[in-house]
Amino acid sequence: MTDGKDRGELLTLRFGYPMPYEWSIGKYGSRFFQEIKEHQRFIGIRCPQCGKVYMPPRRLCGPCFGELDELVVLPNSGIIAAFSVVNYPFLDPDTGKQRPIPYTYGYIQIEGTDSIFSHIINETDVKKIRVGMKVRAVFKEEEEMQGNIQDIRYFEIIG
Amino acid sequence: MARRVAIVGTGQTEHRSQRLDVNGRELIYEAVTRALQDCEMTIKDIDAIVIGNMDHFESINYVDTWSVEGSGGHMKPIMKVTTGGTTGTTVAIAGYYHVASGLFDKVLAIGWEKNSESDTTAAIITCSDPIWDRFSYSGAIPSLATEATAYMEKYGATQEDAARVAVRDRTHALNNPHAHLRKPITLEDVMASPMLAYPIKLLDVCPRTDGACAVVFAADGVAQKIASRPAWIKSCAVRHTYTWFGDVDYNAGMESLHGAARDAFEKAGIRHPAEEFDVAELYFPYSYAGLKWIEELGFCGPGEGPRFVADGHTDMGGMIPINPSGGVISTNCIGATGLLRVAEAAIQIMGKGEKRQVPGVKLALATGFGGCFWSDVLVLSAERP
Repeated sequence: MTDGKDRGELLTLRFGYPMPYEWSIGKYGSRFFQEIKEHQRFIGIRCPQCGKVYMPPRRLCGPCFGELDELVVLPNSGIIAAFSVVNYPFLDPDTGKQRPIPYTYGYIQIEGTDSIFSHIINETDVKKIRVGMKVRAVFKEEEEMQGNIQDIRYFEIIG
Repeated sequence: MARRVAIVGTGQTEHRSQRLDVNGRELIYEAVTRALQDCEMTIKDIDAIVIGNMDHFESINYVDTWSVEGSGGHMKPIMKVTTGGTTGTTVAIAGYYHVASGLFDKVLAIGWEKNSESDTTAAIITCSDPIWDRFSYSGAIPSLATEATAYMEKYGATQEDAARVAVRDRTHALNNPHAHLRKPITLEDVMASPMLAYPIKLLDVCPRTDGACAVVFAADGVAQKIASRPAWIKSCAVRHTYTWFGDVDYNAGMESLHGAARDAFEKAGIRHPAEEFDVAELYFPYSYAGLKWIEELGFCGPGEGPRFVADGHTDMGGMIPINPSGGVISTNCIGATGLLRVAEAAIQIMGKGEKRQVPGVKLALATGFGGCFWSDVLVLSAERP
């Protein structure tokens, strides 16, 4: 179970095993991934009180503290609201391995929404990427899709 | 009506990147015994304990239970509070609430972390939504980079402006024997340090530290008998906003800090914070916060942060010295970091700051930052409110 590191007299105990969890995606989140698989499109949800359209669709609006149920079909494109090219190494808790770097973490505002969607952008050259650029989602092939966020491969810059 | 409450003692550990000589319990014990020593009390004098850290950094849950031999919580009322990066300030505020309620006279607040026990960024990622955010999220730095980029574009602030904040805090740390990073740095060093995520470089951000802090709160009437110069809690405020990173409006300013500060200052009757506070211990996890967040606190107007810092107003001897301890950029044992801000503000009021002491402190400010841009604010005073 252990491969205690010997640092002279002061030892440490190492734990390095996977510990699985199973998280509920919820009604509207599940529908979001099904829409991607079946129709290669995004859906959002409108708050009846403040009128904001959220993507991904969520059941609750925090500021209004109320329930949402009006789904809306959205385009697969939007603009870069913010981005960051990540250059430092770290462990990815999803895989237990170091996440490949550099990669670009992007906040994308899908047309017709009032929230920002976080994903990756397939451009790591800081000179070629700017806030306000238009991007489009690139999906996996349908048979590769697993009903999770990686069914969207990345966003690509289209102008 | 809440009772008046004061801090009567503080204790902190030796902070280092890795404390192999102690486990979590023993690290906590080190801070607790120093806090009790500071106010000449024993654990028998303590009526209740509030403790906090973030379990995912050590992956040992329920610190309220497993640490009792170090916290002194054996057969005492003890509870755990965890609110992300604000944990330390929230622990302090919960300690204050305990005493203010009238149910307990003397309460011990403890914050701690052994950041060396895990990959800090990986652990921080586990705070994000596993369905939507975890795949692309890469810890605290890119969200802060986003805020920094928006601020620079809006006001023309530069990387050099931010570097001045890092140099100030690291220079102040040279006066603090407890600080983790105590090596002088220059503006050129910051600019030449590796780029982690534009515009944030290695020397712009906080380290990861093993350490603990403990603070003793006492009720009006009791506090004056324990300490000759207690640090009174004049007001405090907590504001938590979003849980989705995409909902934060990075162009709009930091709503939670602005709201918490406005609330705490109003309760304390403070109108001109930069002139009225004598010192501030502020939770700045990265240098750009030292420009933008002092604007949210009302130290200067929007976009004026870089000039305010460059003019020396926040240096020792300036109008409002910020982080005489060296701040978060010099020491960051995450669950203790916010409590260290409160302890250091109290130390300044109690006149125990030694080489880092600002002369004649009557009013001190402490803040906490965490979660998804969440904020805690505390106002401490030498005068009984």
